[in-house]
Amino acid sequence: MENTFTAKIWVLGDDIDTDIILPTEYLALKTVEDMKPYAFSPLRPELAGLIQPGDMIVAGKNFGCGSSREQAPEVVKALGISCVVAKSYARIFFRNAINNGLLLIENADLYDEVTEGGTAEVTPGKDIIYNGKTYEIASLPANLMEILNAGGLVKAMRKRNGLD
Amino acid sequence: MAHTLIEKLIGNKVGKEVFPGDIVTVPVDWCMVDDIMVAFAAAKFEEMGFAKIWDPDKVVLIYDHFLPTTQADDSRQFRAGNAFADKYGLKNVHRTDGICHQLMTEAGYVKPGDIAFGTDSHTTTYGCVGAFSTGIGYTEMAGILGTGELWMKVPESIKVVIDGTLPSNVTSKDVILRIIGDLTASGATYQSLEFSGSTVDNMTLASRMTMSNMAVEAGAKCGIFAPDEKTCEYCNIPYTEKEKALRPDADASYSRILTYKAEDMVPVMACPSLVDNIKPVSEVSGTKVDQVFLGSCTNGRLEDLHAAAEILKDRHIAPYLKMIVTPASVKIYREALADGTLGILSDAGAIITTPGCGLCCGRGGGILCDNEVVVATNNRNFLGRMGTSKVKIYLASPKTAAMTALTGVITEA
Amino acid sequence: MGMTIAEKIIACAAGKTEVHAGDIETVTLDRLMSNDGTTHLTIDMFNNKIKHPRIADTSKLVWIVDHNIPADSPKTAASQKKMRDFAREHGITFYEGEGVCHQVMMENHVRPGELIFGADSHTCAYGALGAFGTGVGCTDYLYAMVTGTSWLLVPETIRFNLTGKLPEGVYARDLILTIIGKISANGANYRAMEFAGEGLHTLTMADRISICNLCVEAGAKTALMEVDDVAMEYLTAHGRTPKATFASDPDAVFAETYDIDLSTIRPIVAKPHFVDNVVPADECLGVKIDEAFLGSCNNGRIEDLRVGAAVIKGKKVAPKVRFLVVPASRSVYKQAMEEGLLDIFMESGAIVMNPNCSVCWGACQGVIGEGETLISTGTRNFKGRAGHKDSFVYLASAATVTASAVAGEIMTADKL
Repeated sequence: MENTFTAKIWVLGDDIDTDIILPTEYLALKTVEDMKPYAFSPLRPELAGLIQPGDMIVAGKNFGCGSSREQAPEVVKALGISCVVAKSYARIFFRNAINNGLLLIENADLYDEVTEGGTAEVTPGKDIIYNGKTYEIASLPANLMEILNAGGLVKAMRKRNGLD
Repeated sequence: MAHTLIEKLIGNKVGKEVFPGDIVTVPVDWCMVDDIMVAFAAAKFEEMGFAKIWDPDKVVLIYDHFLPTTQADDSRQFRAGNAFADKYGLKNVHRTDGICHQLMTEAGYVKPGDIAFGTDSHTTTYGCVGAFSTGIGYTEMAGILGTGELWMKVPESIKVVIDGTLPSNVTSKDVILRIIGDLTASGATYQSLEFSGSTVDNMTLASRMTMSNMAVEAGAKCGIFAPDEKTCEYCNIPYTEKEKALRPDADASYSRILTYKAEDMVPVMACPSLVDNIKPVSEVSGTKVDQVFLGSCTNGRLEDLHAAAEILKDRHIAPYLKMIVTPASVKIYREALADGTLGILSDAGAIITTPGCGLCCGRGGGILCDNEVVVATNNRNFLGRMGTSKVKIYLASPKTAAMTALTGVITEA
Repeated sequence: MGMTIAEKIIACAAGKTEVHAGDIETVTLDRLMSNDGTTHLTIDMFNNKIKHPRIADTSKLVWIVDHNIPADSPKTAASQKKMRDFAREHGITFYEGEGVCHQVMMENHVRPGELIFGADSHTCAYGALGAFGTGVGCTDYLYAMVTGTSWLLVPETIRFNLTGKLPEGVYARDLILTIIGKISANGANYRAMEFAGEGLHTLTMADRISICNLCVEAGAKTALMEVDDVAMEYLTAHGRTPKATFASDPDAVFAETYDIDLSTIRPIVAKPHFVDNVVPADECLGVKIDEAFLGSCNNGRIEDLRVGAAVIKGKKVAPKVRFLVVPASRSVYKQAMEEGLLDIFMESGAIVMNPNCSVCWGACQGVIGEGETLISTGTRNFKGRAGHKDSFVYLASAATVTASAVAGEIMTADKL
């Protein structure tokens, strides 16, 4: 089954760390909703207000490096980001994103050729089409797809505990 | 077949030979949950529908990021932690004892060969005693609290060999910064950093801790040392065949091998605002500094305080400069009280704060404003980490930090 | 006609031989203290509102960063930087992280007979050394900084004749809370509170500072004490001499006079949310607490730490209670270190912090949360003073606060 979607692109750089995605100051706010306005604030304070549900982020290498704060992928997901496409991810962020059902795609070329404000057509597990060019993307290992398909780790565990 | 240290450690735990790339489910010896994450982990745990924690005695809850509280909301995390501990019978709760990563080995939890997960990226620290430890998010922590296990990919290993004697002004902080600079901030992503060589053999546990702690800054899953006699002494256990066997095979295969001669090392700094933006201190010396921070799970130990006290004894820090000293644990604070170190640092004009994460986590303890420059011994210099995004953070060793405090400009020790 | 101590100090500062309550006098100030609570505002006004900004006498200015040290936000860091840069540029005596302003002033600057403005309400503490200290806002401060002078309404004086001696286990804090309870939170509005009598001689300097410091909570303009041997000894030990020592004349006119027998004072607690809401400590026993605070310009001196350490030695802080111990200055910190007090506190599970205002004014460190209860040796228990607007602050002596930290609920030391 292919669930292709089209998304507006926001471009961020290399080494977008978790302090940029959500500074420590806001980690203990009551809910992720409360944290949303502060996402990416050290780098681009206006960005959180501009992102619309369904938009995507394209970034360079080592996206999400730094702390294990799961608020980082949660806040990205809460902003309605449909997927992040980066050259590479830091490992804790990667796990946290999958566990929260945030789609991460690794692609080496898109970042170098993309312009902010453009749109791309994304087919998870298959490809991204941008500016008429097709970028192949790999699919995730089976155990991760299982968590993603369940809607995140909490739902997977609920299933395990016979709750859903 | 020959194996790296991490392959052996994981293999021991899962009872079979493992290879890089294998996906295995490992039993967990220790879980560390800190105050910043406990409320979220507790909520996820309940949402998952678990009735009890798989083994409450293997869970350690530590309050350190919000100690002392700086905002009215902070203590809500303590109340959430207390309620969770009470409800599920957690006994290992440290409310005022120091930084989580210091306590996990200092208070006798993590031992060689153990597997530990923590809700903080610097959980890699426990690699200093030959354990596998790494940071995870609170959702995964909630899953472990219920099941006692976690899936992981057996990592490839990067071998780092350092031989010889370090120059007297170079510490293990300079060594790990240099390694991160060479690897880059993502150069060890998903991999195990395995440290060896005569230089690390001669290092104290405290110095090794600094290196394991910062392994994550190169993206590594863990930064591990084979346990030796010193390790066992620190962990208060006998040095038996079991620990002796926990070392890599000579012909194990690595994704990469880095070899250093200790004598070639120089004091370095991570310059703003990336951990891998490494430069020799001599290249940035003379830069005017507003504040110096000595502390954190990276460099807040007794030997770090000693290094600074040696430089600052009977002297005073530069006028209008602030030096903030935050010992990593109450035990360290008390030892430094007893041996006169804190007296020396206080006489030199340092502001000595209560043990905790302090400035390193950016919620208090010396936040800075636009255009200020700080030389800090902690582990991250990310944009906005210690105040506004116009604060310039240089990461350095305790020796460089102390010399800089003395002169008011970046100065090589 | 006889004069009170307040009248004598103002007369001296006004260059007159005699002034009396109700007169408005132009005075020359001896010293001007300001801290990081408001100095940045003063600097803004100095730079933007004054045509020809100048400082009348830089040597009279003392600036102290104590409220938010180490800084807890970019905003406080920026206000401190503004203060630091200005002090450096103008050669103003500047302390940062050396302690709570009033303690630093007492240790290093205040002299008997001086008239001192401080941009902080608890400046009245200087009366313990027979100096007229009073809190002013930044506009008054700025005027004094630029001109070296100010105007002052000569206050009436309420006289407290002290007799006897405080019983064992009862402290200056209990005495001043009792007095505030008696005369109410505005009972000394615009007035000076003057302390004299045989009983005064039994009080240590720490006691005296604690008493004078809290007089503003009764609305007093200033607090004053006769300078006796105890005060002179303190002054000499700190390497200073008096400007002048004054006592009220036998025929001085007092607005009111109270005779207080110190031996009748008992442990007192001020309940939320007013300093004059005082009751015997026994009536509050059993109130659960979340945090306890031993420190501040009111009770962070070595004597207070000794009291606390004696109570807690060999015991542990209740598991879920945060007990913050904050020496009032670096010299207190060092002294407590040398006497082994810091170690006693740390062994008990207390949180020993660097000298600052912190918990007392509800910022920087030790901020309390929603629904939480604090017992404190700080100066105020107003609603929201220590953190969340829905929180509760009880004020008590070092002994009661420490005993409560151990018990996890309000407790007096004798019942622990």
